[in-house]
Amino acid sequence: MSGGHSTYEPKTGIEKWLDQRLPIVRLAHDQAFAFPTPRNLNYFWTFGGILAIFLVIQIITGITLVMHYTPNTGLAFNSVEHIMRDVNYGWLIRYMHANGASFFFIAVYLHIFRGLYYGSYKAPREVLWIIGVIIYLVMMATAFMGYVLPWGQMSFWGAKVITNLFSAIPFVGDSIVTWLWGGFSVDNATLQRFFALHYLLPFVLAGLVALHIWALHVPGNNNPTGVEVKSVQDTVPFHPYYTMKDAFAIMAFLVVFALFVFYIPNYLGHAVNYEPADPLKTPAHIVPEWYFLPFYAILRSIPDKLLGVLAMFGAIVVLFFLPWLDTSKVKSCNYRPIYRQFFWLLAIDAVVLGYVGSRPPEGIWVTIGQIGTVYYFLHFLVILPVVGLIEKPKPLPASISESVLGKAGKTQPQPAE
Amino acid sequence: MVESKPMQTASMKSARRLLTALSVGLGLALASPVMAAEGQHEAKDISFSFEGPFGLFDRAQLQRGFQVYKEICSACHSLSLVRFRNLGDPGGPSFPEDQVKALAAEYQITDGPNSDGEMFERPGLPSDALPSPYPNDNAARAANGGALPPDLSLITKSRPGWFGTWRQLVDNIGGPQYVYSVLTGYEEPPADLAASAPPGTHYNPYFAAGPWIGMPKPLNDGQVTYEDGTEATVDQMARDVSAFLAWAAEPKMEQRKQLGFQVLIYMIILTVLLYFTKQKIWSRIKH
Repeated sequence: MSGGHSTYEPKTGIEKWLDQRLPIVRLAHDQAFAFPTPRNLNYFWTFGGILAIFLVIQIITGITLVMHYTPNTGLAFNSVEHIMRDVNYGWLIRYMHANGASFFFIAVYLHIFRGLYYGSYKAPREVLWIIGVIIYLVMMATAFMGYVLPWGQMSFWGAKVITNLFSAIPFVGDSIVTWLWGGFSVDNATLQRFFALHYLLPFVLAGLVALHIWALHVPGNNNPTGVEVKSVQDTVPFHPYYTMKDAFAIMAFLVVFALFVFYIPNYLGHAVNYEPADPLKTPAHIVPEWYFLPFYAILRSIPDKLLGVLAMFGAIVVLFFLPWLDTSKVKSCNYRPIYRQFFWLLAIDAVVLGYVGSRPPEGIWVTIGQIGTVYYFLHFLVILPVVGLIEKPKPLPASISESVLGKAGKTQPQPAE
Repeated sequence: MVESKPMQTASMKSARRLLTALSVGLGLALASPVMAAEGQHEAKDISFSFEGPFGLFDRAQLQRGFQVYKEICSACHSLSLVRFRNLGDPGGPSFPEDQVKALAAEYQITDGPNSDGEMFERPGLPSDALPSPYPNDNAARAANGGALPPDLSLITKSRPGWFGTWRQLVDNIGGPQYVYSVLTGYEEPPADLAASAPPGTHYNPYFAAGPWIGMPKPLNDGQVTYEDGTEATVDQMARDVSAFLAWAAEPKMEQRKQLGFQVLIYMIILTVLLYFTKQKIWSRIKH
């Protein structure tokens, strides 16, 4: 692990006894307390902790909801209303869970864009990044299936539209869709399997998060300079420095979360989902939750169904190859004057695509969506590799401590590299 | 410290810019994308006592609203998620317990089977749901020229009154205003549309699936007699029943807002304390 040998010294008899049998206290000490962490991490590095908290919130509120929810097409909608009306603080648990999903995605998007800006996906963190993309995929699957469970109008029609995408697969598409549904339409079998998987996947996520943290703790954190840790001078122990900084950031984020839960709990949802599912009545506009909108825009901007589906999944698959598509040796965009501009273009593109995804696929929105889709792929497949080759990065600081303790560098001679 | 500032501010500034841009972007993207139907008017923006973070229901208004529902709407519309006992719950119309019991007992509820295997009728209890006017949806359609009068339990949460991300953030979705607008929105159809009216429908440009609505104009001045002496104009009755239905859709709203206030005070104080603790710890080292 980065930072070298364990600094744990068991003090009491029982700690010594345990340490020779299961060094779990040593693990906690080395990984969560003494862990050497770059001293210059900004608040964008707090979203990892925030995400961990939200996974826990979702699992706890989710298990509580399951104690009162019934996964049956005839009972699901009213069982959710039973939670809202009759279960003590059921409204709180459900609003936390529903808004928790959105805030989970807000945090994960900030976390991903942090990684993009500071080049956190580059060597030696490729595996860390790939596990992260897998976590993102599993999160999306979990959120999609969770949205189906209340069995409102948007639950039903959203499930229908998304599962129908698989019918675009040549030859076997229709059979796959029937297999996914467990029948010939979105019905009770579909609801029950979505429920089973929605309960299972968060625990898969927890396992993936453990791998993600493991893969983080081998090379250690990236940092805003993108210069790797070179000496003890560059780091501080995780506790108390980052435990406190994370605690503050988590609490501040939870304040915003609480504002939504208590004051605008339905803002991020769809009104029509308070109408029970009706297979005979199609809603005027079928729109996914906000966190899927950019991908929905990509899907709809390609007239061919199969190509649209491939583009939508391709938009995520391309992320897996990011570490090898980026040809620049410099990690942080702070030192990449050209690529930094393109990073912002990508961020704007993602927001534009999200907005297009929320509009009906008509007129100007189709064109804007197509431009946005082209830019998205252009960014990763052309701009990222090419800019890395032609860009002249700004001079990097010799070390993290030099960038932080610049004064020392000016008053005393820096040791030669 | 002074000399280290430029480096630090540069990275801090870019971090802050990143945060600002992303949060603005997210704020825009976090739309619950709702769109108006073709030609639909946005709801009339009337005010209710329960708007805003501290807004509570007006008990007297909820009681009047229930009277309007009971005497007029309930002829065709069910309210199946509300139980009689809810009418006495705190945060709602808060009818006294004996009144709730008496009210429930006015209805005959089919129960059973009893030990002889027979279904039987009994007076309603506070634990019963408000009875539906029709035995099933088909009976409701048959009695209403093919149109199904929707259950009103969640009507103010399932119908947006207006559209657009920002408006909904500031003014909420406007469901109660939607109900009010439909109830007061019956108009003479414009001449060019009048010919295309489907038989048995009425012109109401506020209706979400409109502008033609199966329901005839339901409210007329003086249709109910309020016990508190409030004049029962169409406008008054529409406001009252919209408020009542807002409560029926979100019966824990008052509890939610009050608990939210306490939780937020606690969390904000904790956040500030954590901030100063963090500052103190970090002041030991240069960063």
